[in-house]
Amino acid sequence: MNQPQAVQRADASSNTDLPQLYRMMRRIRTFEERVGELFVRGQSAGSMLHLSIGEESAAAGVCAAMREGDTFTTHHRGHGIFLARGADPNRMMAEIGGKEAGYCHGKGGSMHIADMGLGHLGANAIVGGGIPAVVGAGLAARHKKSGAISAAFFGDGATGQGILYESMNMAALWSLPCLFVCINNQYGMGTRIDQATANPRLHERAQAFGLTAETVDGLDVEAVAEAGRRLVDGVRAGKPAFLVIDCYRFYGHARKDKSPYRDPVEEEVGRAKDPVAFARAALIDRKLLAETALDTMDAEVAAEMDATIDFTVAQHEPPLSSMFRDVYAPEEPEPEPVRTRIDRILARA
Amino acid sequence: MALQELTYRDALRKALADAMTENPDVVIIGEEVGRYGGAYAVTKDLIKEFGPERVIDTPISEPAIVGAAVGAALAGLRPVAELMYVDFIGMTMDQLANQAAKIRYMFGGQIGVPMVLRTQGGTGRSAGAQHSQSLEAYVMHTPGLRLAMPATVADAYHLLRQALTKPDPVVFIEHKALYTLKETVDLDAPVPEWGKVAVRRQGRDLVIVTYSRQVHYAMEAAKQLAAQGIEATVIDLRTLNPLDFDTIRTEVEKTGRAMVVSEGVMTAGVAAELSARISEECFDFLEDPVIRVAGEDIPISVSTVLETGSVPGPQLIFETAMKLMAGRVAA
Ligand SMILES: Cc1ncc(C[n+]2csc(CCOP(=O)(O)OP(=O)(O)O)c2C)c(N)n1
Ligand SMILES: [Mg+2]
Repeated sequence: MNQPQAVQRADASSNTDLPQLYRMMRRIRTFEERVGELFVRGQSAGSMLHLSIGEESAAAGVCAAMREGDTFTTHHRGHGIFLARGADPNRMMAEIGGKEAGYCHGKGGSMHIADMGLGHLGANAIVGGGIPAVVGAGLAARHKKSGAISAAFFGDGATGQGILYESMNMAALWSLPCLFVCINNQYGMGTRIDQATANPRLHERAQAFGLTAETVDGLDVEAVAEAGRRLVDGVRAGKPAFLVIDCYRFYGHARKDKSPYRDPVEEEVGRAKDPVAFARAALIDRKLLAETALDTMDAEVAAEMDATIDFTVAQHEPPLSSMFRDVYAPEEPEPEPVRTRIDRILARA
Repeated sequence: MALQELTYRDALRKALADAMTENPDVVIIGEEVGRYGGAYAVTKDLIKEFGPERVIDTPISEPAIVGAAVGAALAGLRPVAELMYVDFIGMTMDQLANQAAKIRYMFGGQIGVPMVLRTQGGTGRSAGAQHSQSLEAYVMHTPGLRLAMPATVADAYHLLRQALTKPDPVVFIEHKALYTLKETVDLDAPVPEWGKVAVRRQGRDLVIVTYSRQVHYAMEAAKQLAAQGIEATVIDLRTLNPLDFDTIRTEVEKTGRAMVVSEGVMTAGVAAELSARISEECFDFLEDPVIRVAGEDIPISVSTVLETGSVPGPQLIFETAMKLMAGRVAA
């Protein structure tokens, strides 16, 4: 199980999810491009925007194997994963713009989007921070006999964090329905994976803990979906698993990073491994969709994602008073504002 | 006498470079400190000058970064560990609070842990709840750890150089909004003593005690106050441990009024400690309650409106001082 596997396709021309997988990947790519535009237009809340361009197959492929009721957490580069789990791109973009209409009312932003309704237990700006939650969600699923699984999505950089190993050990020890998804885009900021670990065969670590583990080439979304399906079936049966998706981070770490630490030739080779273009070519090649049909699909997606910007720009900022909301549960009193306290004290002095 | 224009970032970099040139045992260890040059470019090009043996890029493993610095210090190096954001300090708290801070004491004074933990905190970049905090109280609450928080370019240089000569662990917290601060400095001028506050402005009506970025906000507020006929003393703590309380006491006793300003949250924060201490020690001299102006008791939002609204700025400091002084100064 530890070698990247070629996918066996039962029938190349029919019964395939490739059109849907392609559409999802196109939506993710276009959404991320619009996030970049939002920043350029000065409409994003800050510049800590991490785009998942080049890794769309991980989100689209793995999420295709998940179902309603499943839960998941993501890292800071999680827009695509959430879209693939059914997010409303308008509310996502509004959150990235720091607007009241966003998923978290402008409090979270790009790195902290969540939606409990869709099973999204939260994006995280702490590398590795969201991983152990899936152990707890796995425990809960088993306790409640819900049949749900819980998936943690994280980057290769998170394999440096001890908490990943503590979590995998617990999941294996207790046979929990947990899936650990490592999106290996080869870099954690400016550090290439081989500069951060002596053994870059990351799935071997999971195997050491007793998890089912494999590595799949992210160029081929069907391969990712296939691996996802296989592993998710096992996970649902209480066999926790670890999936590495090999891909390449096409652009900088965050919006302002131009990756000067990368070799331009390496970048060119990396960007040539484009899962969206690869799927598009396969669709045409296998006569699943004609080029004109794909053009139409792309145009629809572009219109959908263009609208997220218009939507976001039109939204208002959260009201100042909302800052005291949701520190505690709504039935609890809000913290006293500093100004109120000062006035109260000085009125009596 | 060599006057030069320097940014806060460049001063920090120069302090590291000068210390590394002087002492071959100084090593830097942290995420992205080498090839990338530091997330906020403080260690830019140091790897070219001193090599990867001394400017060490690590995996994303904060507890082990701090722990390795502890061990390196025990074994004779002078490590500067870098935490990219102070928000990650919780992950390292065992190594910092149970190891670095206690080794000298637990082991009966046999050995100290002469390391520096450089990090940065504060608001100003829409970086959200996990990348914008001011967590200096965690450090100040831990006996055994020294704590420096420079507000000026000169202090960025001198405090870091001095931290690298101290026998005990120093947590050195920069402010992310100050990296581009540019000032004309004379680094050859007499060096202010470690552990002493700086009185940045002398007034007769009230004392504003603060540190880090809020020093600049307090100075702005003091200017506005002066236009209203109120003269404020502004004290920049520079180091929070050691704390130069003698100077604070002397200044507060001169005016009889004190405000403490901190970007960290109000409750159980640095401002709480300082205001308690002033209230206890200067009780007979105080005309009014010691007032805290601090961050709201809430997390930081990514929305710029909420972010700036949740921490003190010049306006809040000014307004609070005006209220404190209302009807109390002879016009
Ligand atoms: C605990 C922690 N350490 C460091 C950082 C700073 N940081 C943010 S993203 C990142 C790189 C993460 O790399 P990876 O996990 O591979 O995810 P990618 O960015 O490649 O998607 C780093 C070091 C952080 N946010 N949290
Ligand atoms: Mg990565």
